[in-house]
Amino acid sequence: MRTAGIDIGSITTKAAIVEDGRILGTMVCFSGYNASLAGTTVYRNLLDDLGFDASSIDRIISTGYGRNNVDFADKSMTEIICHGAGAHFLNPDIRTVIDIGGQDSKALVVDADGRVRDFVMNDKCAAGTGRFLEVMARALEVDLDDFGSLSLRSATPAKISSICTVFAESEVISLISKGEDRENIIAGIHDSVASRVFAMAQRVGIPVPVMMTGGVAKNIGVVKALEKKIGATLEVNEFAQVNGAIGAAVLAAKMG
Amino acid sequence: MAQIDEEKKKRKFKSAGKMRDIMFEYYVEAKSAGDNGKKVAWITSGGPVEPLIVMDVIPVYPENYGAMIGASHMGGDLCEKAEAMGYSSDLCSYARADIACAPVNGGPIGGLPRPDMLVCCNNICGTVLKWYEVQARYFNVPLFIFDTPFCHTGFSDEARTYVRRQLNEYIAFLEGACGRKFDFDRSIEVGRLSLQGQRLWQEVLDAAAHKPSPITAFDAFFFLALIVTLRGTQTVVDFYAELLHEMKEKVAAGISAVPRERYRLLWDNLPVWYRLKWLSDKFASHDACLVADTYTTAWCGSMKYIDENDFLSSMAEAYTRIYLNIGVDEMAKTVFEMIDKYDVDGLVMHSNRSCKPYSLGQYDIQRMVQERKGIPCMMIESHMVDERSFSESQISTRIDAFMEIIKQHKGHV
Ligand code: SF4
Repeated sequence: MRTAGIDIGSITTKAAIVEDGRILGTMVCFSGYNASLAGTTVYRNLLDDLGFDASSIDRIISTGYGRNNVDFADKSMTEIICHGAGAHFLNPDIRTVIDIGGQDSKALVVDADGRVRDFVMNDKCAAGTGRFLEVMARALEVDLDDFGSLSLRSATPAKISSICTVFAESEVISLISKGEDRENIIAGIHDSVASRVFAMAQRVGIPVPVMMTGGVAKNIGVVKALEKKIGATLEVNEFAQVNGAIGAAVLAAKMG
Repeated sequence: MAQIDEEKKKRKFKSAGKMRDIMFEYYVEAKSAGDNGKKVAWITSGGPVEPLIVMDVIPVYPENYGAMIGASHMGGDLCEKAEAMGYSSDLCSYARADIACAPVNGGPIGGLPRPDMLVCCNNICGTVLKWYEVQARYFNVPLFIFDTPFCHTGFSDEARTYVRRQLNEYIAFLEGACGRKFDFDRSIEVGRLSLQGQRLWQEVLDAAAHKPSPITAFDAFFFLALIVTLRGTQTVVDFYAELLHEMKEKVAAGISAVPRERYRLLWDNLPVWYRLKWLSDKFASHDACLVADTYTTAWCGSMKYIDENDFLSSMAEAYTRIYLNIGVDEMAKTVFEMIDKYDVDGLVMHSNRSCKPYSLGQYDIQRMVQERKGIPCMMIESHMVDERSFSESQISTRIDAFMEIIKQHKGHV
């Protein structure tokens, strides 16, 4: 059976196609202001890429905050269940998934069957999410993709104490004006994201092994900072960003 | 279509109209009290109201009014007004809304009737102390503070004596304010009616144990107003007797509150007053019925401590050991009992930024429930009256995810 998952996030939209336990392909594009269009586009592009006809797909599940805008999906499910299913599909040993996306972060606990046992999501606040990092990158005039490697060069991370994105930005600006090293500021920003997410994730207990997913998993600085807090290594694989879409496709195959 | 309407009609409560009439009359009477030579006392929701009824004083509840403000979507504006007056946005939104209403006669029904006295019982929280002091200064009326020590576990003899003694002071305060003697004979009758009302209310709530449930927590939030405002009167007894009868009819006819009840849930904390319909529809769309809640049970939960033959004395214990004035372990015990009694599949907790005593300890209770009862739990972060802090899409996703987990849990996906 060949199935697809479409994950419409606040910043990026992802698609994945899975067949009989194998990932055939994945794709990422920007969501823009039209979630529905983003969903259609990413799906079309992936089909073209793989040379598939839409009729060859047996079932589609949509997920993410734009999940209800995908009219060609057979069903929509939340990103929580999909991230659980995706992580379990990629590594059945995983017990905790920490996902940091554009506008939310979440932690979920999965059992040996890939079912979600418990979850927490960030409160109404952008701190501890991808958006927070974006705002900081702008303030620092650094490309977000360089954040990870730059922060690893820091010996003494700066302290960002505010838990509010807007206030943290002014803190960063005052650090810049004080002449603090960029590396240290970035490392401090990563620490602050990690602290927030760790505090939240502790509510579900964080049983190991832990997988990190979502766009922010590509940032090695956040991963390292979080590993230090948790005291365990995080599994980050090449599918981190598309994990939700993979999970959706996997669940679509299981749909009765 | 016609059939759908018919079904909907069956699920509706006939008593709802009657209840609205009673509440309307009650507020009319309260607002015209001065013209009829009656006195009005503002009292906290968990306060000992029976002595007021004995003295023929009309009790008025700013908290019930707060719920009305919330349900009429006036909370955000009034809270802003209070913040402009200098109150912190962290303050309970009932307090903020009420304080903001007073100087402008704002809010629904053109503001509450002016109080002749205030009665504040801190068995629900510490916020009410300052709130009532503010209002006592504003209206320049006497304030009686009924202090109930926190009961982590059990109830000591010292506490009993301490609270009992205040009852005498309370009676003396009322005699002074009304210029009349307290009628102890009448207090026996009022006590009896209060207890009877509480029993009937509990029975109404108990009907939810039936599968499918004829009532949802959202209905209970509505019907609650009477036990809060008019406890100790015949009106409450008659009304709940009628409601109970209607409930039994529904059970006999197999009418469920939610069309296809497949999942049964327990709600914790105050309602989100301005989103009752949205939440009710949201859960119903998952075939889930919130069958019971810890909130509406609070007005009959400490009934077991009342001695029918000595209402006044035993009231001390009953009013001290209410749900918000006991330790987290005791609260958890109540939650466990309700999980079993109503046979629920999940627990929905409202982490209410307004009500700290209710929300503190929720994560501990959640953990205990997961460990001991093994059912999924979810947390909704919001505010009961201040609609500025409700974020629909986030809450919607959480509820969807929670329901998916319950379905997985029960092997339905
Ligand atoms: S803090 Fe809670 S108990 Fe106190 S007045 Fe507000 S809602 Fe009621």
